Amino acid sequence: MLKKLIYLILIEKMVVGLINANPVVYEKKERRPRTGPVVLEDEYAVESIDQLEIFDHIRDIKDPEHPYSLEDLKVITEDAIEVDDKRSYVRVTFTPTVEHCSMATVIGLCLRVKLMRSLPSRYKVDIRVAPGTHATEAAVNKQLNDKERVAAALENPNLVGMVDDCLAPSFE
Amino acid sequence: MADSTHCVKLIESFVDSSSTPAQQAASIDAIAALVKNDMLTLESLVREMAMYLTTTDSFLRARGTLLLGELLACLASKPLESETVLSLIGFFTERLADWKALHGALIGCLALLRRKGNVGVVSSSKALAVAQSYLQNVQVQSLRQSDRKLCFELLGCLLERYPDDIVHLDDVLIPGICESIDGEKDPECLMLAFHIVEVLVHLYPDPTGPLASFATDLFENLSCYFPIHFTHPKGEDIDVKKEELSRTLMVAFASTPLFEPFAIPLLLEKLSSSLPLAKVESLKYLSYCSDKYGAARMAKHVKVIWSALKDIIYTSPESVLLLESEIVDGMSFQESHTVTEALILLQKVFCQNSDLLIDLIVIDEDIKKTVDSIYQFKEYTGIPLADKQRLHAVGSILYFSAKSSIGSCNRVFEAFFPCLINALGISAENSVALLSSPCNFGATYLCVELLAGCRALVVRTKGNATSNVIVQEAWCDILCTYSTSLTKLFSFTLITGVDGSTQNACLHSGVKGLQILATFPGDFSPISKSVYESILLKLISVVTGNCKDAFLWKLALKALVEVGSFVDKSEDTEKAQSFNAIVVDKIASFMLCDDLSMPLPLKLEIISSIGTTGLSYMQKFLQGLECSLLASLSGVYVRGDPENLEIATSLLECYSCDVLPWFDSIGGQEEVQFHFALTIWGQIGNILSFCASSQEQKLLSAAMTAMQYAVGRCLAENQTVIIDRAFGILLSTTSLPINDLMDEITSVKVEGYKSNDDLGCMSCREKWIISLFASVVAALRPQAHIANVKVILRLFLTTQLSGHVPSAQALGSIINKLPVKVENMDASNVFSLEDAIDLIFSSRVWSLCNEGPTNCSVARNNNETSIRNNLLIQSHAIEGLAWIGKGLLMRGHEKVKDLIVTLLSCLLSNHSEGSLPCTEQEFLCVMRSAADAFHILVSDSEACLNKRLHATIRPLYKQRLFSIVLPIILSLISKADSSIQRAMLYRAFANVVSGTPLSAVLSEAKKLIPILVDSLFVLSEDILNKDIVYCILLVLSGIMTDKKRSEVVEENAHIIVRRLIALMSYPHMMVIRETAIQCLTAMSELPHARIYPMRTQVLLSLLKTLDDPKRAVRLEAVKCRQACVSYMEFIYPQLPRVHIAIQSRHI
Repeated sequence: MLKKLIYLILIEKMVVGLINANPVVYEKKERRPRTGPVVLEDEYAVESIDQLEIFDHIRDIKDPEHPYSLEDLKVITEDAIEVDDKRSYVRVTFTPTVEHCSMATVIGLCLRVKLMRSLPSRYKVDIRVAPGTHATEAAVNKQLNDKERVAAALENPNLVGMVDDCLAPSFE
Repeated sequence: MADSTHCVKLIESFVDSSSTPAQQAASIDAIAALVKNDMLTLESLVREMAMYLTTTDSFLRARGTLLLGELLACLASKPLESETVLSLIGFFTERLADWKALHGALIGCLALLRRKGNVGVVSSSKALAVAQSYLQNVQVQSLRQSDRKLCFELLGCLLERYPDDIVHLDDVLIPGICESIDGEKDPECLMLAFHIVEVLVHLYPDPTGPLASFATDLFENLSCYFPIHFTHPKGEDIDVKKEELSRTLMVAFASTPLFEPFAIPLLLEKLSSSLPLAKVESLKYLSYCSDKYGAARMAKHVKVIWSALKDIIYTSPESVLLLESEIVDGMSFQESHTVTEALILLQKVFCQNSDLLIDLIVIDEDIKKTVDSIYQFKEYTGIPLADKQRLHAVGSILYFSAKSSIGSCNRVFEAFFPCLINALGISAENSVALLSSPCNFGATYLCVELLAGCRALVVRTKGNATSNVIVQEAWCDILCTYSTSLTKLFSFTLITGVDGSTQNACLHSGVKGLQILATFPGDFSPISKSVYESILLKLISVVTGNCKDAFLWKLALKALVEVGSFVDKSEDTEKAQSFNAIVVDKIASFMLCDDLSMPLPLKLEIISSIGTTGLSYMQKFLQGLECSLLASLSGVYVRGDPENLEIATSLLECYSCDVLPWFDSIGGQEEVQFHFALTIWGQIGNILSFCASSQEQKLLSAAMTAMQYAVGRCLAENQTVIIDRAFGILLSTTSLPINDLMDEITSVKVEGYKSNDDLGCMSCREKWIISLFASVVAALRPQAHIANVKVILRLFLTTQLSGHVPSAQALGSIINKLPVKVENMDASNVFSLEDAIDLIFSSRVWSLCNEGPTNCSVARNNNETSIRNNLLIQSHAIEGLAWIGKGLLMRGHEKVKDLIVTLLSCLLSNHSEGSLPCTEQEFLCVMRSAADAFHILVSDSEACLNKRLHATIRPLYKQRLFSIVLPIILSLISKADSSIQRAMLYRAFANVVSGTPLSAVLSEAKKLIPILVDSLFVLSEDILNKDIVYCILLVLSGIMTDKKRSEVVEENAHIIVRRLIALMSYPHMMVIRETAIQCLTAMSELPHARIYPMRTQVLLSLLKTLDDPKRAVRLEAVKCRQACVSYMEFIYPQLPRVHIAIQSRHI
């Protein structure tokens, strides 16, 4: 199913052109340094994984269509990340730029792959489209959180290439 | 003459399409070498090549032409016959028409045209022919990038080297250039093209000449590039930077006033663009162009420019109020780049058309509105942000208007000053009565900006002939009338600050206003002497009285410093006298009295900031400082007063951090340092019994630092005086066994007797004297004469054994600086280095180190305590030896080798036979101090033996130590039989390697890597070694990041990776884990075949590290993982299955 969808996307991109040709680019939030003094003496203190750390992992992912980061397009924001380090749980809610955006699955897949590569294996990652921001919200959510489908998607060299392009360090 | 077949072979190898670029380059070089060495003439070469140059096969012809062109480029400095040049240029000129062989022809033309001086150059008629052929035959824009670049270079070369000949081609040249530039997109070519336009324009300086008719076309070609915008992604390598290109275009824009009718409208149009980049660029271009086009041409644009500028400065939403700096700096805005550029342009316009612009400003509705509505801006906090921005904008406009010229200053004063004065509620005669309510912030702010502008104007015109005229100007009259009232007003803003009702911004304006009024240059000052003095009184009363309001206090101090340095620089004696009487004397008396109303740190800050504005001021303060220092010191030691302890410590710190360095920086003030050192010694000599205090160590070290600094800056003869004086006090201290040490026989006894005592047994006074004495000795210059070196050496050898580190450092310093023996000197009188070394090598320190712990005579038959004691003394002895060794090593003395051998033997002393289990830790302690002795040897020390303290330093001494120690340690490691010995050897090795410059380590990288990896393994077992482990890891990463050593790293990749993986989970130090992962990331760039076998292992352990307790480590792990994964996938897309399988398990 996903495979088919991806091919469709690729074809659509080739034939129709960009899905959202003219996205709104927002001003980026200043990268705030971690507040509070860095306590060097305490070698053994634990710094638990928090919202900002997760956000730092995913803010630079490139949009599949445009040379902007997901942060630029406000597809993800810091507030849309829920994290519970003790229960090893992360939920990222992202907002596609347009309602019918067929790139939503690719964006979700990028988010998932990036977090899989960046978080300890004990974590359960939940990727969701923000409620009411996508035409086929339920279907996208189902696809993104189905282990078999994701595994199958990652077997697809085209798709892996696309994801890797998005995850490659951006120009800036 | 070269063999013609050889030559033909070379030609063929170049022309042959199957040969590689490297082969072609080699054959060019070979032919060039033949021609250069006269083994082959160009004529014969051309004859050999005739077939390739004329054949109808276009490929061969192109290659042949290219060969000849490239060859000529190689022969730029080879003298050629003029006929040869003539025929060659004729050939290439003709070839310009042959587009298939164009590349070679362009290179050939360029090479010939670029020839310089007397080596045979192209004649002007031939150059003209080249230009004609070029303009007729070459269609630049249809060529590829490299050829286009050559074309532009050729054109540039022609214009620059043959301008007088080319100029006659005007009717074809200018259109030809227009045509060739049209549509160019490559940055490198554009650089050249813009430059060509600039040069071309200079060829036709006549404004009615041929250029006039083509100016439109030419500018049209340029204008489409403005503003320069790169679409290249930043990652790509482009040689040309955007800034350079933009600058070249700007120069081309401004190259002729003929462009003015086109350029200025274009720039103004772009100025209204919403793109910030376009705005900034337009402003820059406008500033630059208006300079070049001249005032007359620009006059008609002033109005439009002003309205554009006002839009930017006045209504620009981009300047953001800096909330943080509000506290420091009153009202201040973070100027955006655009506004900064706009203000620069404003100044330019003022310079050119001051009168026109000031007319516009004075009648400007918006400014008028702001000034008229100034009544509303009473309180800073009540003003909305937009109004603050407007206020700020008007402030800067007023500042620049007043600053630019006398005329505009007059106009702006007449137009706005009365209104401001009204708003402030002051009149010329009387001001106090009206000042019952808090002053108007807005009006004060604008007033201060206006005054700042006036001051800048006066400072600028000072020295000009006009300076006398200023006094008669209108604005001057107005200002003089109101100056008294203004001063009162500004002072009043400070008074209201006491009850906390005024805001910081208001205070800032008030203090700034006072400061400006007080610092008008002497020949013109709007204020009288009494007003000036009242300003100073006001400021000094704030500084000395009101330390509760920290903000106001800082502002006032800063203003006083400004006034002080201004007075010091100007020749105005009257002002200087007032400043001296009011400010300096007041502060000096303030220091002398025991006034406790102000905390000491603030007093010291006043002294160090105001004192540094003038020498005479500081000298006055010095007396007060000295008195308080002596009083507090005697307070500490006679009465044991803990309060005085703190005072004395901060006074000493002030001396060593601020006062003495300042005297040092102005130069020629060695007396101050000398006097300070003598004073301290005098004080110590006078006080005979010291009250011991628990926290005196901090005071002692502060005193030592100050003493060391002071002595270090003295001249050699003064140092001799100090050391003699100090030695006299040392002698008079009866509790020290100095007199015994004078004697050869008893001295040995004393060494033995004293060394058994602990440092604690020394009385407080003894400790002070010895420590200060040691710091004097450590700071001496090599030329300073020490009278009793022998006794001093013995004394330090004794005290050092009780663990007194400064003594050991002083020993090292003496050894480092003593003169070597000279034949014709009176031997009895001079104690040379050799004597000192003999003395040390016969001392107890040396024998203790050479005994080895188990051989200690006491160990056999004495009880445990004395063994323990003995071992402690032994480790002190080793430390002392290390400092002595450092002294020797730095001067490059041979004996250091013996010393190293001794240290290594201490390190290896075998303790297993001792069979005394309780002393194992102490044995280890001795070995450890022997290993750490190498740290002392190789590391830089702040306390002694550095450049500041006049050490004799041979270059590359660290490298020398490295080359001495490395082979010995390597062989010892391979022989070592116990694990403890090996660990200690690795420790010593690590100390040496981490202290040696990386470049020296790199040359031995091949040998070192296995040892480094082993030492990481051995040392990481003990938590105490964590700092050393980190140092080694840094050395290892240094080797790994060096590109030249990658094959060494490659060979050892396996062991390195295994060790790094182990260190990735090193629990005791975060930076070790972080660095280990960074090293692994760097290793992922090694050739795939090497890394691949370890990859799974690395990825698996990275999985664990992703859950590290520290964030920094986790981030590095993510980066490393990304590096490993992306690299592998790039080469073998099918491989990451395993990896993905591991990941997808956890979804």
